[in-house]
Amino acid sequence: MSETSSNLMLSTSRLSMKFGGLTAVNDFNLEIGKNEIVGLIGPNGAGKTTAFNVITGMYNPSEGKVFFQNRDITGLKPHSITALGIARTFQNIRLFKEMSVLENVLVACHMSIKSGMFASTLHLPGYRAREADARRFSMELLEKVGLSHLAYEKGTSLPYGQQRRLEIVRALATKPKMLLLDEPAAGMNPQESLELMKFIRKIRDEFDLTIFLIEHHMQVVMGVCEHMYVLDYGVTIAHGDPASIQKNPKVIEAYLGVD
Amino acid sequence: MKQNTESKKALPKRKQYTIIALAAFIVFAFLANMFFDAFTLRVFNLCAIYIVLALSLNLLNGFTGLFSLGHAGFMAVGAYVSALLTMSTQLKDMNYFLEPIVPWLHHVTLPFLPAIIIAGLVSGFVGFLIGSPVLRLRDDYLAIATLGFGEIIRVLITNAQSITNGAQGLKGLPRYSTTFAVWVTAGLVVLFMVLLMRSSYGRALKAVRDDELAAEAMGINVFKVKVTSFTMSSFLAGIGGALLGHMITTIDPKMFTFMLTFNILLIVVLGGIGSISGSVISAIVVTILMEVLRFLDEPMNFIIFKTDGLPGLRMVVFSLLLMIIIIYRQRGLMGSKEFSWDMLTGLFVKRGHKGGDHV
Repeated sequence: MSETSSNLMLSTSRLSMKFGGLTAVNDFNLEIGKNEIVGLIGPNGAGKTTAFNVITGMYNPSEGKVFFQNRDITGLKPHSITALGIARTFQNIRLFKEMSVLENVLVACHMSIKSGMFASTLHLPGYRAREADARRFSMELLEKVGLSHLAYEKGTSLPYGQQRRLEIVRALATKPKMLLLDEPAAGMNPQESLELMKFIRKIRDEFDLTIFLIEHHMQVVMGVCEHMYVLDYGVTIAHGDPASIQKNPKVIEAYLGVD
Repeated sequence: MKQNTESKKALPKRKQYTIIALAAFIVFAFLANMFFDAFTLRVFNLCAIYIVLALSLNLLNGFTGLFSLGHAGFMAVGAYVSALLTMSTQLKDMNYFLEPIVPWLHHVTLPFLPAIIIAGLVSGFVGFLIGSPVLRLRDDYLAIATLGFGEIIRVLITNAQSITNGAQGLKGLPRYSTTFAVWVTAGLVVLFMVLLMRSSYGRALKAVRDDELAAEAMGINVFKVKVTSFTMSSFLAGIGGALLGHMITTIDPKMFTFMLTFNILLIVVLGGIGSISGSVISAIVVTILMEVLRFLDEPMNFIIFKTDGLPGLRMVVFSLLLMIIIIYRQRGLMGSKEFSWDMLTGLFVKRGHKGGDHV
């Protein structure tokens, strides 16, 4: 938490999200510095995904503000937030089911193609050039994560682990500065989770990213995160480096309960 | 999207097929225009109009995933605008005997081309106005709201006596929907749809259909895409409606009830939601069947017993057809695939590789 403000990527101040009488996220204060990998953990129903949804503009927070690179992004539409450089994946994989792997990635390039309906329908030269660029860029991305041989397969026909990877690639195709991963290791065995964490570190270095990820199992993220926040019933019960989190009695209580 | 190198080599051959098929069709259309009797020619031309209408609905229902049932309303707008713009002053005087026509429309008489374009634009604008509030709704609610707006348009037309001549309708519209006009329009609309679906914008539409939330997270302005698609669809529906008006030469509000939307929806569902070629094939098949099966509505003599004619029996056949398709091919004739020459050769020669020019 020693970041200077110029180094600060994402922060929230007193963020709260209420659904009727239920407070899903309460007074959430977050600070993530550039190139950090930060974890958000907590038991089921702790409000982790809600926090993500508020940050990415899917929900309007009941109270509080979200800042990205010192710019207030509270209340912006999700697509505008993506345009500013925050990309995300989903807990339950949300690939475009009728599309090939390549097309899934190309959709994420739509923003950078920047051609209107008519320019793109008429395939005007400007559009053609940008479309070709987008295709090259998408193939390169797929190459980098080892999915290029599957480019023309249907996205949803891939094995589970590869679908998760594809979701990450798709998010990368929006050329983000920051990546939010919602339970990327869900449904994976320990070995796969470990590989995924390595992969996450790799893309952080390669794409100069800041990563904020949700995880349900504490062990999975211990190795990869430099900083962690623990939510329980919407309340931040602890934050700090992994070692101190592991020892924190409140965290142990939240995960294991008390006698 | 042509894939591997193998199909790249085969591409010129496919292009040849397409050009040959297109040329054959143009020759056929010319011959039809010369030799078909009036009734057959009319059915032939009606096919083209239904292609336009089916594609306009498929753009919305099939490609953007917006279930809209207000199509007849936009067709009505197109048909009326084009009719009012092309009718001569004299003709208008003959039609408006209950209440005179408003002065600003009295002396307007435009040629067909500008009239039909304006008809499309007005219809598109109405679509834009309705779309902006209605597209905040989803699924069934959207269907109900669009259905309501479709009816509202019809009721407004019925009651705007001094503009639309109300329930009397308009008679004696110029017969502008020639074989040339309707098939060129249909060709342009097919071309537009194919190009649109192969472009980045088409991908954005399909992304919105497949997963709105994910599309939004990929930086697509979902609401804007939806409104654009709705407006575009209304524009095409307006063009289709105008062509229909100039073919039948008589229009009245009763023509544009929900039944008309239903017929087009039937074509789209039978052909395959999200398939351009499916809509085209289905539009032709359904239009021809609608006419061929007309005998079912008439009195029939089965030697043992006679029927007095059951108006609507034709539609029973269509309902059955729809049920059979839904049971055996849930996704319609073509699913969301497009026609390709590989598919045809695949029918004759069983080959191991996947055909399907899936865009």
